[in-house]
Amino acid sequence: MKPLLLRLLGARTLPVWLWCFQLLAGQAHAQSGPPVTQFTLANGLTVIVKADRRAPTAVHMLWLRVGAMDEVDGTSGVAHVLEHMLFKGTAELKAGEFSRRVAALGGRENAFTSKDYTGYYQQIPSARLEDVMRLEADRFANNQWADGEFAKEIEVVKEERRLRTEDNPRAMMSEALTAAVFVASPYRRPVVGWMSDLDAMTADDVREFYRRWYVPANAAVVVAGDVDVDQVRRLAEKYYGPILARPVPSRKPRIEPLQAGQRRLEFKAPAEQAQVTLAFKVPGLNEPADAVAPGASPEDALALTVLAAVLDGYSGARLDRTLSQGAGRLADNVWAYNGLWGRGPQLFVLGGIPAPGKTAAELEAALRAQVARIASEGVTEAELTRVKTQWVAGEVYKLDSVFNQARELGSHWVQGLPLDAGERLIERLRRVSAQQVQAVATRYFGDDQSTVAVLLPQPLDPNRKARVPAAAMRH
Amino acid sequence: MGSALAGIPIERWVQASGAEVYLVASPAIPMLDVQIDFDAGSRRDPPALAGVSGVMAAMSAKGVLAGGPAEPALDENALSEAWADLGASFGASAGGDRLSFSLRTLSYPDLLARAAQLAARQMGQPAFPETVWQSERERLKASLREANTRPATLAARAFSRAVYGSHPYGQELTEATLAAMGVADMQAVQRTLLPCRARVTLVGAIDRPQADALVRTLLARLPAGADKACPALPPVPEVAALAQASEQRIAFDSAQAQVLFGQPGFARNDPDFFALTVGNYVLGGGGFVSRLTAEVREKRGLTYGVYSYFSPGLHAGAFTVGLQTRPDQAGAALQLARDVVARFVAEGPSDAELRAAKDNLVGGFALRIDTNRKLLDNVANIAAHRLPLDYLDTWTQQVEQVTVAQVRAAFARKLQPARMATVVLGAAGPAATP
Repeated sequence: MKPLLLRLLGARTLPVWLWCFQLLAGQAHAQSGPPVTQFTLANGLTVIVKADRRAPTAVHMLWLRVGAMDEVDGTSGVAHVLEHMLFKGTAELKAGEFSRRVAALGGRENAFTSKDYTGYYQQIPSARLEDVMRLEADRFANNQWADGEFAKEIEVVKEERRLRTEDNPRAMMSEALTAAVFVASPYRRPVVGWMSDLDAMTADDVREFYRRWYVPANAAVVVAGDVDVDQVRRLAEKYYGPILARPVPSRKPRIEPLQAGQRRLEFKAPAEQAQVTLAFKVPGLNEPADAVAPGASPEDALALTVLAAVLDGYSGARLDRTLSQGAGRLADNVWAYNGLWGRGPQLFVLGGIPAPGKTAAELEAALRAQVARIASEGVTEAELTRVKTQWVAGEVYKLDSVFNQARELGSHWVQGLPLDAGERLIERLRRVSAQQVQAVATRYFGDDQSTVAVLLPQPLDPNRKARVPAAAMRH
Repeated sequence: MGSALAGIPIERWVQASGAEVYLVASPAIPMLDVQIDFDAGSRRDPPALAGVSGVMAAMSAKGVLAGGPAEPALDENALSEAWADLGASFGASAGGDRLSFSLRTLSYPDLLARAAQLAARQMGQPAFPETVWQSERERLKASLREANTRPATLAARAFSRAVYGSHPYGQELTEATLAAMGVADMQAVQRTLLPCRARVTLVGAIDRPQADALVRTLLARLPAGADKACPALPPVPEVAALAQASEQRIAFDSAQAQVLFGQPGFARNDPDFFALTVGNYVLGGGGFVSRLTAEVREKRGLTYGVYSYFSPGLHAGAFTVGLQTRPDQAGAALQLARDVVARFVAEGPSDAELRAAKDNLVGGFALRIDTNRKLLDNVANIAAHRLPLDYLDTWTQQVEQVTVAQVRAAFARKLQPARMATVVLGAAGPAATP
């Protein structure tokens, strides 16, 4: 660390660098928090424990390494529907009883599905850990419900799709963009599923998905908070241990072919403001080299994350300052982010809302020009230090949330990363140099790996009658 | 259960300026959260300038004036960089009752000192640059127009107007009020931020002497009341009860209909607070286990989300029941939700429901206070409503003491299902027109 800091100390007024030194030096201590323990049961289930005694509460999570990317066309959305159906009963419990029992324990609970994973959690007073482990292990192993429960819940899921996507033009455009970016990768499908797939889904589709993927070796239990490892080990053996081992299904690779030319799409929707989104295919941190393009290196994912932060990591960062401030501004809002890692292919996204009187085309050109400027001129040490300072500080703030720490542990497990992947990431990000940032700005932002979507606002007709859905097509 | 929770030690004192300070020391993590609240929320916005407090809050981040020879002015970007370089964040927001400034910073002494000075400048000496305001006004206008294309925005606005009438709780930023407001109006709001009106809550790695000094620094650049005068602010009227039921059916083409009904609820200091809180958990606040969710979502699959909630503030914020559903189901869903509410008001909860509510609220109490952030919200709430300092220590007892009869009586006092305001937007079929 020291040589780097001595170099930096001469660059600007002393006080700023002194603060950063304090912050960055602080990282050398065990600011990353208490140690994490991981072990595997005989049936293949992974258990991860992080003790934190600040308060007499704990979080218990069950993670499945299965998500929307493991679905097939025709039954998109089934992973998320199954997540809903996990609440609908077991051999012992009626529909809704699981939630009633968790509530009676004083617990808060929910679940979530993404492209990469499905997760279930309860936050409880730590004295209730055994109760929720018993309940969760039971529904993991013994989920069952009558067809009538599915018939009701699939309608709830359709309402969720209407709420999150269909009445949200920008979400609809994002869905269309994703389907255009990826042609073979299962990332192309929305997590909630296409509406026609939801209309056509059967109860047995869901049961089949459950039997196939909800096996111990495809799952991890994460427990964090006012707990200790021996206690969790004993409870995990008792409740999850007896679940029969079954093989984890093989997964088809479904590799996204190399993109060889720009894709563009227009999306018409009722709105006042246009929007432009540019998605660039980039390496993920854990991918094999060359997955995206010859010469691409997974290490570039780190520099791309730093690039995104320099562009949009704080108010008044590059994009904001240049494009969305002042009377002649091109944008009312701009953003940049890098996917960094996941089970599937990653993207770097630039986007913005044009200011009144400006066009999506102008904004698209300006966004790319900002990246091109970094490609030719690089970034300053001040900018680099600024974004790294925020990350380091963020690691301290993260200690205030046991829930967020548990969530991170689960998502790292899903990707097969080591327990300290979070800390290692921060350390690796801090080592990214200005030269590396300039290099990725040069390498990954050509036309050939890009997809551009433009939202064309359509006027609302407030007097048009509300929609009545087409009858579900069943053949 | 009780023995596992020590009381939450909240220290409170009043500085010479009249500023009230509330401190919970939480030393385990080297961080500090501070919230500074003023009686300058949107209820104080003049009707012609509705939204000015929120605008002032946002604009306070757009630069600070020079503070002396060692403190040059900082434009919006220099200010933002300064915060990022400290690894800290500072911002302001306006709710109905309060204007709040929030600071999150590491607690290392040199960093903390810098963060405190910068926060003091942003609160006390905001630049409100005219050129930035011109751009911001345009951005806000465009954003309003976009929001007005969304069904949820339009439904919420219609509901708010129906419930609040002309009460300031129902006011909102519009293109007209945006056009009318200027930097002078923001400065006028800022001049009301006197230290004597400040309630400051701190949670983190800091002790009382440090907190006292920090708060002095934070408030040092605010306008000082002349001769320590703290003039009373004008009273704000109460929210009027609804004289009769109302219904609005608004045509709209969307994938879902929006359904809202309700009325003015109660103010925070109402003696029925606990009975109403426990009762609403049963009716529609308890997530998966509430009556509304059971009837509308679980049994019939009509919606992804249905809820009821009170929003008690210094005045009687709205009681709201809301859901979204397929347009052809709006009528049925509305009728069902109304029936659930009417039945609950008439009968109250069952013994089993009340027990289940208490099990959750009392059993889960530790989850309300297990992070610095949660403690901050809770203590700032105690400060805002002058709740007793042992409020968190007696909360579970207060919940435990609520009876079925009390819930029934409280709901009968507070809710009149026959006189509620209803909004249905985007319905199809019979529900589309009255």
